[in-house]
Amino acid sequence: MENSQLLSYLLLIPIVGSLLILFFKEEQANLIKYFGFGVSVVIFIVSMIVYFGFDSTTSDFQFKHQILWIENLNISYFVGIDGISLLLVVLTTFITPLTLVSSWSSIKKNIKMFTFFMLLLEAGMIGVFISLDLFLFYIFWEAMLIPMYFIIGVWGGERRIYASIKFFIYTMFGSLLMLVAIIWLAIYASEPLGRFTTNLLELYTVGPDIPHKIQIWMFFAFLLSFSIKVPLFPFHTWLPDAHVQAPTAGSVILAAVLLKMGTYGIIRFCLPLFPQSAVEFAPAISVLAVIGIIYGALVAMVQKDMKKLVAYSSVSHLGFVVLGIFAMTTESLQGAVIQMVNHGLSTGALFLLVGIIYERTHNREIAYYGGIAKLVPWFAFALLFSSLSSIGLPGLNGFIGEFLILLGSFQSTVLDSWWFVIFAATGVIFAAVYMLWMYERVVFGKVTNVKLEDELSDLNLREKLVLLPIFVFIVWIGVYPSTFLSLTEVSTNGILEFVSTHTINLIK
Amino acid sequence: MIDLIYLTILFPLIGFLVNGIVGSKIKNEKIIGVIGAGAVGLSFLVSLAALFELIALPEADRSQVITLFTWIKVAGLEVHFAYLVDQLSIVMALIVTGVGFLIHVYSIGYMHGDKGFWKFFAYLNLFIFAMMNLILGDNFLVLFLGWEGVGLCSYLLIGFWYDKDFEKGTVPQAAKKAFIVNRIGDFGFLLGIFLIYMTFGTLNFLDVFAQAETSQVTETTFTFIALFLFIGATGKSAQIPLFVWLPDAMAGPTPVSALIHAATMVTAGVYMVARTSIIFASAPAILMVVAVVGLLTAFFAATIGLVQTDIKKVLAYSTVSQLGYMFLAAGVGAFSAAIFHVMTHAFFKALLFLGAGSVIHSMHDDQDIRNYGGLRKYMPATFATFLIASFAISGLPGLSGFFSKDEILWYSYANGNMFFWVIGALTAVMTAFYMFRLVSLTFFGEERFGKDQHPHESPKVMTIPLIILGVLSVIGGYIGIPEIFSGEHGNVFHNWLLPIFSAAETKLAHTAQHTHTEELILMASSVGAALIAMYLAYYIYTKNRSIADNTASKLKAFYNLLLNKYFIDEVYDATVVNPIKNVSDKFLWKITDAGIIDGIVNGSASIIENISGTVRKLQTGVAQFYAVIMMAGIAVILFWVIISL
Repeated sequence: MENSQLLSYLLLIPIVGSLLILFFKEEQANLIKYFGFGVSVVIFIVSMIVYFGFDSTTSDFQFKHQILWIENLNISYFVGIDGISLLLVVLTTFITPLTLVSSWSSIKKNIKMFTFFMLLLEAGMIGVFISLDLFLFYIFWEAMLIPMYFIIGVWGGERRIYASIKFFIYTMFGSLLMLVAIIWLAIYASEPLGRFTTNLLELYTVGPDIPHKIQIWMFFAFLLSFSIKVPLFPFHTWLPDAHVQAPTAGSVILAAVLLKMGTYGIIRFCLPLFPQSAVEFAPAISVLAVIGIIYGALVAMVQKDMKKLVAYSSVSHLGFVVLGIFAMTTESLQGAVIQMVNHGLSTGALFLLVGIIYERTHNREIAYYGGIAKLVPWFAFALLFSSLSSIGLPGLNGFIGEFLILLGSFQSTVLDSWWFVIFAATGVIFAAVYMLWMYERVVFGKVTNVKLEDELSDLNLREKLVLLPIFVFIVWIGVYPSTFLSLTEVSTNGILEFVSTHTINLIK
Repeated sequence: MIDLIYLTILFPLIGFLVNGIVGSKIKNEKIIGVIGAGAVGLSFLVSLAALFELIALPEADRSQVITLFTWIKVAGLEVHFAYLVDQLSIVMALIVTGVGFLIHVYSIGYMHGDKGFWKFFAYLNLFIFAMMNLILGDNFLVLFLGWEGVGLCSYLLIGFWYDKDFEKGTVPQAAKKAFIVNRIGDFGFLLGIFLIYMTFGTLNFLDVFAQAETSQVTETTFTFIALFLFIGATGKSAQIPLFVWLPDAMAGPTPVSALIHAATMVTAGVYMVARTSIIFASAPAILMVVAVVGLLTAFFAATIGLVQTDIKKVLAYSTVSQLGYMFLAAGVGAFSAAIFHVMTHAFFKALLFLGAGSVIHSMHDDQDIRNYGGLRKYMPATFATFLIASFAISGLPGLSGFFSKDEILWYSYANGNMFFWVIGALTAVMTAFYMFRLVSLTFFGEERFGKDQHPHESPKVMTIPLIILGVLSVIGGYIGIPEIFSGEHGNVFHNWLLPIFSAAETKLAHTAQHTHTEELILMASSVGAALIAMYLAYYIYTKNRSIADNTASKLKAFYNLLLNKYFIDEVYDATVVNPIKNVSDKFLWKITDAGIIDGIVNGSASIIENISGTVRKLQTGVAQFYAVIMMAGIAVILFWVIISL
């Protein structure tokens, strides 16, 4: 599948779709809803065509499409995917239509611009996952902030301006350092390569030979940018604010896809471009990851706001992903990749559910609720199911990721200590504590607040249909993860082999 | 039928799905009940057929793996949904589906009229599904799937009446406690699995055990694996220090207590230790820990059981205590004795709980035995079966509990030491005492219930399972008659399981020779003491309760200590639960997160804002000011250029 243009369609369709939306009139709200949803479904179908055309037996990039862009600097529009990017692209195209449908009732004002930004956001996210040119990657990485900024800032909660600006500036701050590193890297590489270029595949051949002192700086510039996005402890404080203030669709996209751009960036850039630094600092970064797991869980436990609780649980879950990446075993990295998807599904579902109930009561306080199992049994079931997925119950998706990450990290020669896993595994206990405690206070018990009886109504058909596909995949990944693991195995192995051939003398 | 063993898992799954999805639409309770009980009944028949097939096979072929499909395959890790049918798993399967079936039938009567009738049966089927995965899985991961799955069902079923209060808290709190305490155990279990994979490169039982028997793995490694696994077992099987959830689990409907918290799920830890006997046998230090923990749990739980006034609480502590016996047996290397006690205990303890349920049912949910009395003439079937079960658990010679408990006591001496035996026998005496205290206060003596109570016998759908369990409690022991009585045939049950445990037994090599005379003397003394305790309890609580009251008031401090379960919950709250909560809330969240970390983030932003604010003042908007600055700048540059010339 050389030089296929399919991936470019994945970018073009949402961009063109979003532009077309501008031609609608604001009064045509329903038309805009259906049109936006239709576009996102078409994108999903195209991504499925890519999926079925993908060859998972090779770690080479596929569906490559390259057009020279800035000739003097050898910067090109260059896209292509391997198994890891494909999985995340499909996650994006899968989640977007669901979030669009979920907002049909919750977004009341300016649905036109909302849909416009959502489609633009989708293009940006896909772009991040398929770029094979650092310059292009950087553009998507930054461009994507803009629609998200507006989604939080316009359709968010009371403190939306504070949250959106914090989100924007914090992320931007990290990205600028990455930009410096990108330029530095390209300049440095222009000597061995004989020309200046931001082509990732060419830079891969140079990165490992960069002298230690310089490589460390570049590594940390990239890593900082990604760590803020993940977010890795202690760079996480923008997340609860952004999550809580964002509208439901924004929170879902933020959790399901945006955070994954950070971990994806680490896998795609930090590991293969700077393998020696990655191995050298793996234990230190893993310490932060493990702190994040426990810290995120403990802070989640004492939250009074449901959305904030789920937000902090993300800090904990993403800690697992980072640990899995830096343990650098096939098991742990495979676990990390599948856990990126898992977190998207389970946390996405949790945000949807919190959004659904917020839409009815306009209250996210845990204390406001109690005993709602009687009033909204379907909701109670859906919340239980998503919670169980989130706390890693075997048979559901979360377990596969956490198990592989911990199993792999346990025998990691890079980390070379049991303690990482022993501490990380306590996160599994705390996850049960904060999720079940919230569940107990919200769903179980007696109906203490009589207002709820009027306010609450159970899931309607549209809401059930939004949740159903997510639940199908939660079970699918839990029972038969091979569908997804086999997609990425060769790619993750390729990266790990690349790293290990360049760091043989570093690993015991 | 061995090839079709997955049916035993599939039927309950189907039952769960049917009742779970359309159950709320089915108005007829009978249909729901028949689907639920029928699914388990079919599983039982399949298991039974598999047993006969297994018996017909030569001993070497009695271990068969049925593989369905691959679950996880990454790098060297390859885990299948595969099921191991052998002497051990089939015994467990029969216990679970057999006793499970009876309890399902009983529940049709017990749950009659409950709004969540369909949900109850869906959960029960889901439990059987998970439990069958636990015992039939051919690798550690499928076992773990079942292990956490039964934990979930336990959570759902304890919390079944989720809007009710329970003791000092609520029902959902009890459910959550069960799940979380179990998760603490699972944490250990998971570490054990990681270390097993790291050591042996596989998670399949047969491969791991074969390597454990022959390879040169160090004892330290075995010690850690066994320790981690045992942490898991203490959670699921309610042993010290993680037993605290089981008494609270009594918040669930009584059939749940019978099925999950007495007969099946809580014995999963014993099964796991028995299944991995070769690993434990290779770690003698941990085996000693198992024995001591089991012994202490048996003893302390029995002391608490002496003074409880809630009928289910007495039985709950009795269960913890009996589970302790099972670990004691495993700890001294008598694995088949442990499994034997799992079986007999399943019969009589399920019967005791179901009998208690029948009483509670008849007393309109009053569970306080001080409000019972003289019920035997109102509920003859419940009384007769309850009495049989009480005799069985107290070890009356000839009944099932006698054979299994005596075997454990004997091995605790023969493979262990006199101290084990003495504590074990004391526990047996206490068991006899609290059981007959319970029987006397419930069925004998004066009627202490109010006039508004009209006790009555339960319907047949409830009493027939009681009677069947009663029969099993009597005869269930005869397949495990010790060698001392059965002569040359030896212990049939022991011989059946021997291939599973022979490797471990060889490794442990208990060679000390003991005579039959010794065995008889010990047996006679423990049985004699228990008989006296039974009579004493009957006498005190039927004829002369003032003795009990006087003793209680004389030993007030000690009595309160027991009544409050040694204040373990309070100690855990004070030392673990509350500190974690407070530190998380006050220190981690409010100080560290909102204060320090976010303070630095927002602080650096406002520093920049301040600097900009200061610098901004240069932008006065007055053109003359700009011109002056410009001129000054030009002057400086000119000056610099001239100097550098």
